Amino acid sequence: MSDAFVRLDHVQHVYGGEGGVLAVEDLTIAVKEGEFAAVVGPSGCGKSTLMKLATGLQFPRAGSVVVGGEKVSKPVKMAGMAFQNPVMLPWRTTLDNVLLPLEIVEPHRSRLRKEKAAYVEKAEALLAQVGLKGFGPRYPWQLSGGMQQRASLCRALIHEPRLLMLDEPFGALDAFTREELWCVIRDLHAAKKFTVILVTHDLREAVFLADRVFCMSARPGRIVAEREVNLPRPRDLDVTFSPEFAEIVHELRGHIREARNVH
Amino acid sequence: MTQKQKIALAPWVFTIGFFLLWEIGCRVFNVSSFVLPTPLSIGKAMWEYRTQLSFHSFHTLWMTFAGFAIAVVFGLGLGLLLGSSRIVHAGTYPLLVGFNAIPKVAVVPILVIWFGVGWMPAVLTAFLISFFPIVVNVATGLATIEPETEDVLKALGASKYDIMTKVGLPRSMPYFFGSLKVAITLAYVGSVIAEYNASKYGIGNLMARASADFNVPLLFASLIALAVLGVVMYAITAWIEKRMTGWAQRSGFAAN
Ligand SMILES: Nc1ncnc2c1ncn2[C@@H]1O[C@H](COP(=O)(O)OP(=O)(O)O)[C@@H](O)[C@H]1O
Ligand SMILES: [Mg+2]
Repeated sequence: MSDAFVRLDHVQHVYGGEGGVLAVEDLTIAVKEGEFAAVVGPSGCGKSTLMKLATGLQFPRAGSVVVGGEKVSKPVKMAGMAFQNPVMLPWRTTLDNVLLPLEIVEPHRSRLRKEKAAYVEKAEALLAQVGLKGFGPRYPWQLSGGMQQRASLCRALIHEPRLLMLDEPFGALDAFTREELWCVIRDLHAAKKFTVILVTHDLREAVFLADRVFCMSARPGRIVAEREVNLPRPRDLDVTFSPEFAEIVHELRGHIREARNVH
Repeated sequence: MTQKQKIALAPWVFTIGFFLLWEIGCRVFNVSSFVLPTPLSIGKAMWEYRTQLSFHSFHTLWMTFAGFAIAVVFGLGLGLLLGSSRIVHAGTYPLLVGFNAIPKVAVVPILVIWFGVGWMPAVLTAFLISFFPIVVNVATGLATIEPETEDVLKALGASKYDIMTKVGLPRSMPYFFGSLKVAITLAYVGSVIAEYNASKYGIGNLMARASADFNVPLLFASLIALAVLGVVMYAITAWIEKRMTGWAQRSGFAAN
């Protein structure tokens, strides 16, 4: 598994100093370049911690984190992130929110002023792709929760990151919107082939989207099971009603049940 | 009449009603004009002393705006510093709170010793009394950035300065403009206090002299002038606040 793009090796992380919260322990996970990985586990088990470790927002007390062949010792500078809470900036229009990463990441940062029109066009194309055509000039608080979440996906992708981190991004949405956004993410991933790590508590979501699903134990979290999802792509929503799909979900549910009991 | 019209009319009805009750009360109970003049006689006094009143009001306005302007610059700067560094925040907060607790009347004599009687004590008192709410509000605005927003930017490689200019500053603006309403009122109190004690001009000084002469109608006329000016300044800052941070006032709760 030397071809891993994101690799956490026997990682331990503690919040707060001595006697703090042991969030993850002996956590080992490897995600290949271009792969769509999903992480499932009981709430509070350290899934968000895993995301923060992999992006260099937190540093492990023990073990190593390597992303793109480099040991992570500062924020990774290239990851796109989206959370359950879309956290759009309310004083910027949706379009300007989507353009925000370009004001930070090089080489866009120094080009943005000169090539504004081209970047705006790109952002608008991306908005159209997630079903927000024409909503660029609106303010985020004029959009519904699901629309804001779409926009936040655009913001996570505008700078074409090699790594997309999604932390329960569809958790707060209704079932129909959620399934619509599954398809949006599926298509974006199919078109650009970036690496995705998706944290979710929805097993169907994990199986529908991912190439590989990791199950975490209760806190302190570590990976207790890993399941390849070999359903053929492109996957259609109908696949969620197939027996193969149900079987994988069922198997994962078994792992989660065990994970919740073991302490 | 719609609910909206009623709400627009309410301030006028209540204000006029207040003065009517005052007038009637004074007449019915035969209150001596030396204790509490009626609104009509105060109105007469305002007309009689109109040149003095407007001259001194203008002076007070100047002192207030000068002190307020210094407070805005200083308060914004210190608030940004406090909001962006936990160490500075922890280190200076007790000092700030302690300083704010000192009644500023007590500072005026010191300012007079340093700068003599004149405009300096008035401007400085206005400044000293009004910067605190600006500092606290701006620091609060910065301290309450959502951690997720910070994570999104940091994972892109944003520096602390980036986060400050892209998120911190715009985010703290509603807090900043909100604090201006409070600050201008305080600055006004500060300049009047200083004028009362250590100036030859200004409404505060006019009142000090009226009080020494037992000129009760002029005293009350000055009070009314103070109130009117206060309302005007408050309204101006409230209007600026609304103009500058419309995005923060979108909730129906605030609008009602
Ligand atoms: N900033 C923090 N300070 C202290 N404890 C934290 C912090 N963030 C998370 N934790 C703790 O670490 C554990 C794992 O949290 P998290 O990774 O957010 O879990 P999950 O995302 O799986 O729900 C939880 O018990 C949580 O209380
Ligand atoms: Mg979480």
